[in-house]
Amino acid sequence: MPNSTGTGSPVAGHGSARHTDILRLATAGSVDDGKSTLIGRLLYDSKAIFEDQLAAVERTSRARGEDYTNLALLTDGLRAEREQGITIDVAYRYFATPRRKFIIADTPGHIQYTRNMVTGASTADLAIILVDARNGLTEQSRRHAFLATLLRVPHLVLAVNKMDLVAYDQAVFEDICDEFSAFATKLDIGDLTFVPISALHGDNVVQRSENMTWHDGPPLLRHLEHVHIASDRNLIDVRFPVQYVIRPHQATDPELHDYRGYAGQVAGGVLKPGDEVMHLPSGMSTQISRIDTAGGPVEEAFPPMSVTLVLADDVDISRGDMVCRPHNQPMVTQDVEAMVCWMSDSATLTPRSRVIVKHTTRTVKALVRDLHYRLDVNTLHREEGIDRLGLNEIGRVTLRLTQPLFCDPYSRNRQTGGLILIDEATNGTVGAAMITEGH
Amino acid sequence: MPLTHSDYTLSQLDVLEAESIHVIREVAAEFERPVLLFSGGKDSIVMLALAERAFWPARIPFPVMHVDTGHNFPEVIEFRDRRVAETGVRLEVASVQESIDAGRVAEETGRWASRNRLQTVTLLDAIADHRFDAVFGGARRDEEKARAKERVFSFRDEFGQWDPKNQRPELWNIYNTRIRMGEHIRVFPLSNWTELDVWQYIAREGLEIPSIYFAHPRSVFERDGMLLADNPYIPRGEDEPVFQATVRYRTVGDMTCTGAVESAAAQIDDVIAEIAATRITERGQTRADDRTSEAAMEDRKREGYF
Repeated sequence: MPNSTGTGSPVAGHGSARHTDILRLATAGSVDDGKSTLIGRLLYDSKAIFEDQLAAVERTSRARGEDYTNLALLTDGLRAEREQGITIDVAYRYFATPRRKFIIADTPGHIQYTRNMVTGASTADLAIILVDARNGLTEQSRRHAFLATLLRVPHLVLAVNKMDLVAYDQAVFEDICDEFSAFATKLDIGDLTFVPISALHGDNVVQRSENMTWHDGPPLLRHLEHVHIASDRNLIDVRFPVQYVIRPHQATDPELHDYRGYAGQVAGGVLKPGDEVMHLPSGMSTQISRIDTAGGPVEEAFPPMSVTLVLADDVDISRGDMVCRPHNQPMVTQDVEAMVCWMSDSATLTPRSRVIVKHTTRTVKALVRDLHYRLDVNTLHREEGIDRLGLNEIGRVTLRLTQPLFCDPYSRNRQTGGLILIDEATNGTVGAAMITEGH
Repeated sequence: MPLTHSDYTLSQLDVLEAESIHVIREVAAEFERPVLLFSGGKDSIVMLALAERAFWPARIPFPVMHVDTGHNFPEVIEFRDRRVAETGVRLEVASVQESIDAGRVAEETGRWASRNRLQTVTLLDAIADHRFDAVFGGARRDEEKARAKERVFSFRDEFGQWDPKNQRPELWNIYNTRIRMGEHIRVFPLSNWTELDVWQYIAREGLEIPSIYFAHPRSVFERDGMLLADNPYIPRGEDEPVFQATVRYRTVGDMTCTGAVESAAAQIDDVIAEIAATRITERGQTRADDRTSEAAMEDRKREGYF
């Protein structure tokens, strides 16, 4: 292949300058909390909003008789959203600073809320929960925090917005922080940061606020730029779900004729040539001969690299199999305990529902064997003795699978602990599940 | 475990590349008849390069297709054919002219006549004729507000329609690829790339791009603040005199709907510097097809457009 100079050397980096990485963040809240204003300000102050986009928004705002430039129109892209003034779906936004590229999964606060938030949070490194300083914590902010922790978003920021409307009062901010901290003890939160802001005036968003000198923490953007995410991945447990088998079949090239590589995206751990590895389901052990990329072999592979393993022995390996270490194996089970978020607006989940499960690169059929309880996302109360889960409800289930999965608790690895549920009849994605501990 | 390497971080381009390769392999593994849309534009150039990397040292296991309006820049068509020959993939050309000749669509008339919208019919006919079940497109979410809401694996019903209010939730890196006969999935491996990412990747990987992306002298005329190439396919008004300018293209659609920008950027690094400094989006600056209304892209996408 021509010109594939850079691909093979991600480990070495490119040049001596510090490279930029990616932070994925989810923002949750409604327009009333000032979410659109906050996103608008982050995009605007980082020059990710362009003149023609702003001009279009100003035009539309004027045409609708609004007396301010409605930054929500930047994010509400669909015709129905503009007509009804609501946000329907997850929208993805992009901005960058010299340190980092940011991908925002912007989820609406009302309709289909849980489904969208769960979707946005599934890939997020950090979630921003917005609270209106005048109202304090609401049921919605507790729900946001719970869903972010259910999806194990490693970093949480509680942004107390509209501080300008409470005269930048430190006591208001601290009361909200105390109340949230008390609630947070019930949740499994890794890292929690509080920031008092005024998105409208820009206090503590990009620049440090002169109105709140009592706050010693960095402004929001500085926190987003510096929060340490490299340790959030699991670099301990080697997990390589085999995605695709590469066999060139080129009779003319003897070197390629026998080539057999196992392609996939590393889901956990660090793989190196020479490492002893085990194949599941066979349980056979072999060594890694080489880790290939189009740019040449690499010395190590770790999440989220997409690579191709060449193994020392001829093992019969196909898509859906797992490569791990002999002394560090995932669970191999046909009975999965999981928290499910149900996402179908037409069907319900009931005991004995049949679904299709897709987990890493493996797709199997499943039966819902037990529905243990429904979790009230506002109170965290467990409601037992129920017979169904409806749209946007969360519950604990036992699934019986037609074939085993090679999986880990979601708390240990988000890639090998998460799965989606697909409706056999409609092919729709009807649920997301996080595998729990205690098998 | 000895952590011999510094902190196991990847640069933004490495992460995007890994994610896109995962998406491309997933399609090859789960669909029977995928196809990759290749126009010779910068986004599809990156997409094709990623497909090569995804299957190396094997060849790309699916064909590429170009929906040709017949009004394309000759430099781009020449580039397309050369790139296809290098990769050894099969090229299908779906011709808008043939759709017109067969009476499937009617040529637009008037000052803004373009074959842009007609492409949808040609594309959907070709997907049906070849029974393609997955179609890779190079669209990015940062391009346009309707695209910002679209999934990486985007379901199309038997009429090729996109229903933005009824999209499948997409979690982690697990993609639902299930469809019924006659339906298909549009797959966008570059969803999370920005315009700048694309250019930086082209520069880093040394990918070749058509010459019209760099500054060159061209006969142009001005219309609605855009510089359009003087060409036989656009009826030009008497108030639209042709003049010589040094321009480059920021996007490459066909000649009737793509504007050029005045530029002296002759090297990739100059282009990147200009892109990084610009205050206007690529589609806002150079695409007439998005100017019809606020929801021009959404409306076309609903019909089955790219």
